[in-house]
Parts: sequence; structure tokens; C-alpha cells
Amino acid sequence: MSDAGLGAMDSVAMLQAVARAVIAQVDVLTDADLAIGDGDHGIGMRRGFEAVLTALDTGAPAIDAAFRTTGMAIMANTGGAAGAVFGTLFTAGAKALAGADSVDADGIRRFLAGAQEGVAKRGGVTEGQKTMLDALAHAARAASTAPDLAACLTAAAAGAEAGVAATKSMVATTGKARSLGERSLGHPDPGAISVAIILGAMRDFVSARANDDGGRNG
Amino acid sequence: MAKPAKKILNDPRQAVTQMIDGLVLASDGRTRRLPGLDAIVRTDLPADKVALLIGGGSGHEPLFHGFVGQNLGDGAACGQFFAAPAPHIIYEAAKAVHRGKGILFLYGNYAGDNMNFDIAAEMLQDEGIDIRTVRVTDDVAAAPPERTHDRRGIAGDVLMIKIAGAAAATLESLDEVERVARKAVANVRSMGVAVSAGSIPETGKPTFELADDEIEVGMGAHGEAGIARQKLAPADAVADALLERILPDLPFAAGDEVALVLNNLGATTMMEMLVVNRRIRQVLQDRGITVHRTEVGTWLTVQEMAGFSVTLMKLDPELKLYLDMPCHSVGLSRMEAV
Repeated sequence: MSDAGLGAMDSVAMLQAVARAVIAQVDVLTDADLAIGDGDHGIGMRRGFEAVLTALDTGAPAIDAAFRTTGMAIMANTGGAAGAVFGTLFTAGAKALAGADSVDADGIRRFLAGAQEGVAKRGGVTEGQKTMLDALAHAARAASTAPDLAACLTAAAAGAEAGVAATKSMVATTGKARSLGERSLGHPDPGAISVAIILGAMRDFVSARANDDGGRNG
Repeated sequence: MAKPAKKILNDPRQAVTQMIDGLVLASDGRTRRLPGLDAIVRTDLPADKVALLIGGGSGHEPLFHGFVGQNLGDGAACGQFFAAPAPHIIYEAAKAVHRGKGILFLYGNYAGDNMNFDIAAEMLQDEGIDIRTVRVTDDVAAAPPERTHDRRGIAGDVLMIKIAGAAAATLESLDEVERVARKAVANVRSMGVAVSAGSIPETGKPTFELADDEIEVGMGAHGEAGIARQKLAPADAVADALLERILPDLPFAAGDEVALVLNNLGATTMMEMLVVNRRIRQVLQDRGITVHRTEVGTWLTVQEMAGFSVTLMKLDPELKLYLDMPCHSVGLSRMEAV
């Protein structure tokens, strides 16, 4: 298995895979949001990530530029709180990758740390408020010691899933679900689910690529 | 699961942009659309005024974009259904209304609006444009009085835009316009009742579920939970329940003069609203509270949601002055003082 980091072309391909994965889950996100919000999360994320597919330069831009383009497309097209926080996830994460010519496990850790800090600041939220930050923070911690890129993203995606599960037992204290109070218990946060979809797609892309490499090299 | 609501639309994904085209046309030349953007601005903007930019999610027509006009908003940034507008829309709308004296951002207090307007404000401030922000926080059901910063903006928007719009047309400085808007928001309180849900056209799904014989007192404009889900009750009892929460919150007291707004969330009949108005006036009279101006109508809607909200604003001579100025827009037009 190759442990080489992702270059620019692969980073763009990974971000495209992320966009397709989010778009494919629109109904899951709509239903999750209807349970504790107004039901627009799915269609908003679809708008944003369809714009990502249009905006990504398949040439071979700088890696940080590809992530920033992704964030800007989300922010400009998703709207609502989701546009601001998921746009920030990628633009703040892009800053942490400034100048990188490949993304390895350490790059993913920097990306997650930058994204977490940016989202917390923009949203004025901390962990435990039943938001996408809970999935992001769980993912960042889970990825902290993984030895290589594939293991790092596997851990991050599993961490995000654990974060989604954790939001079920949280009472929302921010956003439109805040007014539900105790009634938000038992439901996962839709934004946290989106984080898990994003990191799951990154994991799947990298493991598929590793298998391809293995096939070619073996 | 209920069937998708009947709506006369084309492609639901084009509904917001087609609605804005129709809104601009309905203004008979007094507004224009920014090319390629879901934003509208006045065509008759005076050259030298403090600017007022409003905005928010679409699907609540005529608010917010329907309140762009003389002595109201100078422009509006429009989001998709129930979703805040993106920062670049707010930024471009702000640039289009700026006349060199700074801009007041006035919008309802929701996480998405706050973040997107703040991002745009940071971009504009980097260019040296003075931006102030006043968030409407009138919904008493959303949070206790010590946490007004956690309260949502609902139909208090009607009075807030009217007062801030008139102040921005009159006063010389952004400082003064901001001061008047802050005073107005500190004195406005609302609460609503939901009877049935509206739906987002693109999903066709109602934003919440209420049984046929149930209402929810204090429910927010997007189906955010209220304070009590109960059996359907007579108009007087519902009016009393709303005033029981609104009156002590400020508090409104004997001798106060107020503006009263009854806002239809979309599908409630005018008859019901007027029956409620009758009861509200009885209670206010009993409490020694005088109504200076009444607005009964349909401004902040949630598609086909049924229900209404009651808004009171305590007035002083300055707030009355701006509230009573004439205004003109697709959503709200008024002549001189009552």
C-alpha cells in the first residue's frame, strides 16, 4: 500500500468525490433536519456542493487553492448557517494547508485543526452544543495519532461518526433547534452528519486509491 | 406523511429567483435587481443618505425584500427558502446602497443570518465602509428575558424596518440611525401561535407536524418549538395566552402607548385576525395601555403556514415620529400619520 500523500490532482479528485457523496445524501440530510430544524439542510448542501463540482479547477491548482475554492463555492451557494460554517470548514482548513505540495496524515491533522478552529470562531460555538463542531472535534482527536494518510482518514471518519452519535444525547443550545430544548434529545445534528459524510468520502477516496496503487504495483 | 402542498410554481429550484423578478416588476420601476444576484435595491435612492440594508431567507414574502422602498429598506439581500443569504450577495447589495454615510444592517436574529451578515460586514469594513448591525429579537417565546440575545426575530421586523427606514431617510449620521433602531428593538416584543405547517417547495415536506386538533403557542417562524402544544382553543383564549407572555416581558404598563401588529403567517383568514384583534384591544384597554397605531396584515409568512403573531412596541415621541412617516413598497405602503 502506498503511503504517499495526495498531490494536487488527487486532492481535486478527492474533493469532487466528497461533493458527489454529499449530493447523494440529500434525502438523508433533509429528513435529519426535518426532525429538529426546518428541513432545508439537504437542499442547501446540494446547492453548495453542486457549485463545488462546477468551481473546482481540474487542471492542477495549488492544493490549498483547491480547498479554498471548495469553501468559497459552498459559502456562496449554500446559504444559511450551513453555508457559513461548511464554507469556513474548507477555507479555514485550506489556510492550514498553505503552500503544501501534498496532503499526508499530518496535512489532514492540520486541515482538521484549522477547520475546527475556524468553525468554532465563526459560529461562536463550543463542543457539546449539538452542532457540526462536535463531529469535527471528535474527528480531529481520533486522527491525532494515526501513522499514515489512510489510517488517519479512517480514524477521522470513525471519529466523526462517533461525534454524530454523541450529538444524539446533547440538547441543542444554538441554531434553530435551540428552542426544542429537551425535545432535541435522541436526534443527531444534521450538520454533524454532513461532516461524517465528507470525511467518509475522503476516507473512501484514499483507500480506493491505495488499492489501485497496490494493484498496479503488485 | 402529508401530501406535498399544492403550489403554483415552475421548477421549485427556480422559485426564489423568479419570485425576485416578479417582485421587482411589481414595484413599478422603484426597485431593480442586481445583475445575476438574488438582491434588490431602490432605483430612487437619494444621493446622500445613511443606508439601510435588510435581508434574510426567502419564502417569507413580502418580508424582507418586499420592504425595499421609500422610507423602508434601501436594499435587500435574499437567501434561498428559509436560509440566510450568502456573504457575497449581502456584500454586493451593501455596495449598491452605500452613499458614503455608512450602512445599518437590520435583520432577524438567526445563526445563519448572523454569520453571513457578519462575514459581509468584515469584508466591507476592510474597505473602510462603516457598518453597524441591529438584530431583531422580538420573539419572547424563544428565550427568557435575561437572554434576549438568544431571541429570534419575527413580525417585529415590520415595525423595525419602518422605523429604521424612516430614521435612515431623516437623520444625518449612522450613529443616530443605529441609536433609534436600538431603542426600537429594546421596546418590541412578539409571540405567535402555529395552527398548521408550511412547506419548502423543493422538498414538499411540511417543516413540522401538528395534529389536526392541536396548536402550538410560541412556535417560531420555521417551526422552532414553542412553549406549549395544546388543543385548539377559542380566539379569546389564544389572544390571552399570547398577551400573558408579551405584556410582563417588557413590561408594558398602564399609561404606555404602543404600536400593535397582528401578522398572518400565511393561511389564517383576516376574519380570525380581526376577532383576535378585538380581544387584544379589550385586554390592553383593561390594562390602561393605549394603541397609537394598529397594523393587521400579512407580512412575515412561512409559505402556507397557518397561525399568527402579536407584536407590541412601546413608543416614545421619537419612535412615533418615524413610525408615522409615510412609506412605499410592494409589501407595505402607508400615508401620513394616523
